[in-house]
Amino acid sequence: MNRPRPHHAKAQATSWPWWSGGVIALTIIGALTLAPLASMLAEAGTIAWVTIFSDTYTQRIVRFSFYQATLSTVLSLGLAVPVALAIAHVGHFRGRTFIITLFSLSLVIPTLVAIYGIVAVYGRTGWLSTLRDLIGQDPLAFYGLPGILIAHVFFNMPLAVRVILMSLESVPDTNWRLARQLGMGPLSVWRNIEWPTLRGQLPGIALLVFTLCFTSFAIVMTLGGGPRATTIEVAIYQALRFDFDLSLAVALACIQLGICLALTLLSTLFKADTDIGFQGIAGIKREQEQGKGQAQQNPTTGLWSNPATRFCNIVVIVIASGFVIAPLLALILSSFNGSTLSVITDPTTLLAIANTCIAAISSAMIAVALALGILLSARHLRVRLGYEQGGQWLQLAGNMILILPPVVLGTGLFLLLRPFADVFALALLLVIVINSLMALPFVVRILDAPVMRAAEQHDRLLQSLGIQGLSRWHNIDWPQLRKPLALAFALSATLSAGDLSAIALFGSEQVTTLPLLLFQRMGSYRLDEAAVTAGLLLLLCLALFLALQRLLGGRHNATTH
Amino acid sequence: MLQLTNASLTLGDRNWIFDITLQTHGVHALLGRSGSGKSTLLNLVGGFLQPDKGDIKWNGQSVLPLQPAERPVTTLFQQNNLFNHLSVQKNIALGISPKLQLSADDHERIDAVISDVGLAGYANKRPGQLSGGEQQRVALARCMVRKMPILLLDEPFSALDATTRKEMIDLLCQLITDHKPCVIMITHDADDAQALEATVLDMQHNQVVIRSDQVANN
Repeated sequence: MNRPRPHHAKAQATSWPWWSGGVIALTIIGALTLAPLASMLAEAGTIAWVTIFSDTYTQRIVRFSFYQATLSTVLSLGLAVPVALAIAHVGHFRGRTFIITLFSLSLVIPTLVAIYGIVAVYGRTGWLSTLRDLIGQDPLAFYGLPGILIAHVFFNMPLAVRVILMSLESVPDTNWRLARQLGMGPLSVWRNIEWPTLRGQLPGIALLVFTLCFTSFAIVMTLGGGPRATTIEVAIYQALRFDFDLSLAVALACIQLGICLALTLLSTLFKADTDIGFQGIAGIKREQEQGKGQAQQNPTTGLWSNPATRFCNIVVIVIASGFVIAPLLALILSSFNGSTLSVITDPTTLLAIANTCIAAISSAMIAVALALGILLSARHLRVRLGYEQGGQWLQLAGNMILILPPVVLGTGLFLLLRPFADVFALALLLVIVINSLMALPFVVRILDAPVMRAAEQHDRLLQSLGIQGLSRWHNIDWPQLRKPLALAFALSATLSAGDLSAIALFGSEQVTTLPLLLFQRMGSYRLDEAAVTAGLLLLLCLALFLALQRLLGGRHNATTH
Repeated sequence: MLQLTNASLTLGDRNWIFDITLQTHGVHALLGRSGSGKSTLLNLVGGFLQPDKGDIKWNGQSVLPLQPAERPVTTLFQQNNLFNHLSVQKNIALGISPKLQLSADDHERIDAVISDVGLAGYANKRPGQLSGGEQQRVALARCMVRKMPILLLDEPFSALDATTRKEMIDLLCQLITDHKPCVIMITHDADDAQALEATVLDMQHNQVVIRSDQVANN
């Protein structure tokens, strides 16, 4: 006969069951994505699909979307591999940390800010054209495909470099020592160590970069030139905001949805769990790296000691860094001009800054709360119950925005809410919803490893001591997860602060954010004002990122004592 | 008395049946090859695994309906016994109150046990500042404050050097004399078993048996 279990019953009554977080998060994500999706699909039933598909405009933008994404991916990866190899081969050099930090900045720099910098370097009146003018050549044709490609490479080449570098660093030290002992030359090292390591990573990175470029919005909208260089994502926005062609918008959104669904399935099939290395931005990993560097000599020393190849590597590194630094430098320089003071004190600017901060912090709070709900339930499934697969599936719920890109989700929300409310009056709320879902995949990714690792180490101890519920959160989880949580929160706030896609759909004269203001000022060729606005946005994002991380993360790393 | 009556468990293609009775106060060393299921026995008693059939009783009452924390069991794991972000004092305190709500008495008890294991003055250090042996002593101190009648040890000394190991065994002997628990210790080392004057249990053919030449001594 079973003994009564008084303690157990009490514990059950006072703490929430393990699945509650996941269920609440799933319900919210489901409501925010499936309801707009349903109203979009209802609308899609009325569309004359044959006309849409036989329309040359539709065909052209679908073709161009694939074309530019493929080219961007090939260029980004094609350049990233030699740059990553060059950095790896030169070994430890002064400024290595700086370059790697610089390369991870592209994750936090608002797209529009970088675009402004890129235009300032490569645009019709930019540095490069001025140089060409000096030697008597015509300015570059920049707008259209070239501009889009440069911007996509600017964002994705550094990302790919980081991923490749990290996978090279994951090669065990003993393998490098073995290579030296066996007397392998650079070519054999490439064939036997480096290529086999990269080969597993490349499809994942390629798919990630392709997806990012395929759904890229701000870059194509600002640098694409007219209907010849438009992607589906931008065409949806134009149909919705300029042509008021709702059925075209829905049709394009459905096409985009189908393609994104296919891409997401593909990356799930490939198990393309690419480590983007967010930790690098926050300096969490840096302490370990430094400690490691002091403790032992770099195991690859001497593998690539040929002075000629070393020189070539340094040239490659300098060019790649220059490519990333130049636009940032151009932006910073141009943001100090005659209108600096008037823009900073302009009430429109100040209001936009306030809106941006509200939207950024609210989306970050929602994204982190949703991610924690998902992850704490997934943790129970994976670690305590041993249903690894079940937990992984639950975590995929955080990736809904990859299937429903911002503009597609926005179209759905527009259709859903239009009968009940003035959609543009709700702009800020809708921006917060879309931005929090956009940040969610990043947050889940950042928190996944720390949450699961901490739980795996101590699960039985926690069970045997009966540590659970709120006291577990307060005494165990929070101190252990504080750093990654702060990073996730800061990163999602920064991403939301720099996002243009959601506010472009719903923004108006009444409701603007700093990115929208920058877009409007760039569009109306008020370039001095645009430069200052871009500088402000960059400053705001960096300030948000650093301040939130410091405030939430505390000074000391809980795990290094 | 700890009684496992035909407690059977299937994991993958392995099937174990445990049928054994251990005295309330006694030290048992569990020997056997890696993967023979020594940890499975500890996990069943500790409540981390539930048997498919059979029963596990302590002093005549089944422990199966109890959660790990409600069982009369405390475990010294092979590793990860401590939370690295908590001080020695707090790591031990978790054994008294999982919510870290402590009375003045509790504080005194913790201070006493810290000096018992020879770590006086270390109360506010973090595990990362201690050696491996010192960390295991903190974990042992937590086992002491929990005062559970069953003590499970999962290769607790395997990562320690010979000298530290000897110190730990002395401490463990002290604990056994003071509290008289029912101990099951997994070990690869017959010397450990001898030092603790333990009854040796063998894992054979997915069953656990008391080594025959020792039954008479018991």
